[in-house]
Amino acid sequence: MRIALVGNPNSGKTALFNLLTGSRQKVANYPGVTVEKKSGQLKISQSETWELLDLPGAYSFDTESPDEMVARDICLGNMPEEKKPDFIVCVADATNLRLHLRFALEVKSLGLPMVIALNMSDSAERRGIRIDVQQLEAELGVPVIPTVAVKRDGADKLLDALKSQSVYAPSTTNLDLDVHAEVNRILDRTVHMPDRTSNLDDRIDRIALHPVLGLAVLAITMFFMFQAVFSWATPFMDAIDFGIGALGGFFEETLPDGPLRSLLVEGIIAGVGSVIIFLPQILLLFLFILILEESGYLPRAAFLLDRLMLGAGLSGRSFIPLLSSFACAIPGIMATRTIQDPRDRIATILVAPLMTCSARLPVYTLLIAAFIPNQTVLGIFNLGGLTLFGLYIAGILSAMLVAYVMKKVRPKLDGQSLLLELPSYRFPNVRDIVIGLWERARLFLARVGKVILAITIVLWALSTYPTPPAEWTGSMIDYSIAGRIGHSIEWLFAPIGFNWQICIALIPGLAAREVAVSALGTVYAISASIEDPSGALLPIISTEWGLATGLSLLVWYIFAPQCLATLAVMQKETRSWRVVGIAVAYLFGLAYLASFLTFQAFS
Amino acid sequence: MILSDLKLGERAQIASVTEYGKGDLVSRRLRNLGFVTGEEVVCVAKGPFGGDPLLFQIGFTRFALRKEEAGRVAIVTR
Repeated sequence: MRIALVGNPNSGKTALFNLLTGSRQKVANYPGVTVEKKSGQLKISQSETWELLDLPGAYSFDTESPDEMVARDICLGNMPEEKKPDFIVCVADATNLRLHLRFALEVKSLGLPMVIALNMSDSAERRGIRIDVQQLEAELGVPVIPTVAVKRDGADKLLDALKSQSVYAPSTTNLDLDVHAEVNRILDRTVHMPDRTSNLDDRIDRIALHPVLGLAVLAITMFFMFQAVFSWATPFMDAIDFGIGALGGFFEETLPDGPLRSLLVEGIIAGVGSVIIFLPQILLLFLFILILEESGYLPRAAFLLDRLMLGAGLSGRSFIPLLSSFACAIPGIMATRTIQDPRDRIATILVAPLMTCSARLPVYTLLIAAFIPNQTVLGIFNLGGLTLFGLYIAGILSAMLVAYVMKKVRPKLDGQSLLLELPSYRFPNVRDIVIGLWERARLFLARVGKVILAITIVLWALSTYPTPPAEWTGSMIDYSIAGRIGHSIEWLFAPIGFNWQICIALIPGLAAREVAVSALGTVYAISASIEDPSGALLPIISTEWGLATGLSLLVWYIFAPQCLATLAVMQKETRSWRVVGIAVAYLFGLAYLASFLTFQAFS
Repeated sequence: MILSDLKLGERAQIASVTEYGKGDLVSRRLRNLGFVTGEEVVCVAKGPFGGDPLLFQIGFTRFALRKEEAGRVAIVTR
């Protein structure tokens, strides 16, 4: 048996899916589109399990949106490689029936066996909404079963109905019906509603959507979120750092010196470790975004900032993905799935790498310490701090500029569209948060895991082979392929002030930006066993490089797409090499131009 | 009068949704979301920057529309 869950966005459909399937879920993409396919197993008896599909939320089947088209095509059996479901569970929010019944009528007109799950029937009751379920069944001609997806036993009646298949009376269909009139007629007969919206929602929204207070609440929320992401993640990151060090040390001692040990310790463990270390930050970020999403606040943030983002050629929905990108562009790009408009989504993905991610911080810290004098400006500000702030601002401003240019180059044909529903506030459900977090963590690891492994192995090989002869006096990496590439591209980077040492370090630095710091250490032949390689690097670069070179490299890192994992995720999320090509071209272009101007201005 | 002219807290009834050219997806979407003749709408909030987007209550649901989208909806006030 194959059952499909359909329903409006915000009907609690996914919560019901989580309740019915628990952890027995699979997330993939439908072939050929970037629409998420969620399927799970529904245990019917000891021996029997059915397949349950959580179809993308839909307002209507009369649509051009990819999500809704997938939902429709699956129900109709028009999706290649997807079996038509045996019956449909249409989830409707009992507190929002005017909208959700309209869609239920559309689903009914497909003529498939179905049952309506009248979800959130507890909050409807609390708000004094009385629904005559029997009358509703009679009017619709399909079974209607009240459910509470956030309660453990909230779907028992639905489950009973599914098991005793007698309830799937095939529905009568009437395609010519005026659905709006029909909904109003049914509502008049079956639903008594004291208020149109919940009082609590009205009261929260008076503050949350207030032009001044609302922005203040948003700013405070974001501030705390980031504070928490960075401070709570620190102990975990330290632990991972320690673990990676211990693991490397273990193999260093147990394995004989040779290529295998080098590959394992300097290649895989160090390389993969340099990315895994950001996992705590990324997971915390996902956690906060999930809580904001589940509680209903996220669309409010989009509402508040839409006009501002629109001015730059983006949309209010771009806000959270771009905000996430300050920790790491990868979760940011993955979060763009909440942007329905394909053009807005691509634009957001393209500018996400311009947000200053935390992997840039080690590079910035080193260069600022080496080249920016430690002095106080205007009495209270530290020049280094101001420089760092300036680098963040430069990223944001250039993102706005790039998005604006994209808007001008390719304006939208059918006008700007927001059409955003602001759902009722809800207390986030622990089960849904845990399942959601697990899902995203798994997706993140699947997305970057193999790519990172492959990248680190290739980059290790490039910077290790060929091994230098015994009489070689320079550093190992200098003799390697990476070293030779570094030397051979020196002419290209000379106009922006990069010496051959920097050119070499840029290559292993493609794994993650902060790897450039340790790679520079390798180039300058600082022993890896030194406790604080960037501390040892500091005096070398501040005496050997000129100020212009240091600043030029700082500026380079605002723009340069020095992270192959980001590019890989970009490709997987958009299924387009063209988007990746555009990103690489414009980011390198901007990086080169900005570094050139900086170098020429300061030398 | 059009929906984007509605003042904060003001009520109106929807007269019609104008189509900008053939196959206007936004107007089709608006109708699918319940912006149809005779429905009552209230403007419940306005965005902090230039009063855009606008938040409307229709039925039991709140939708945020940009001024440009709301401009497609003709209304009558009583």
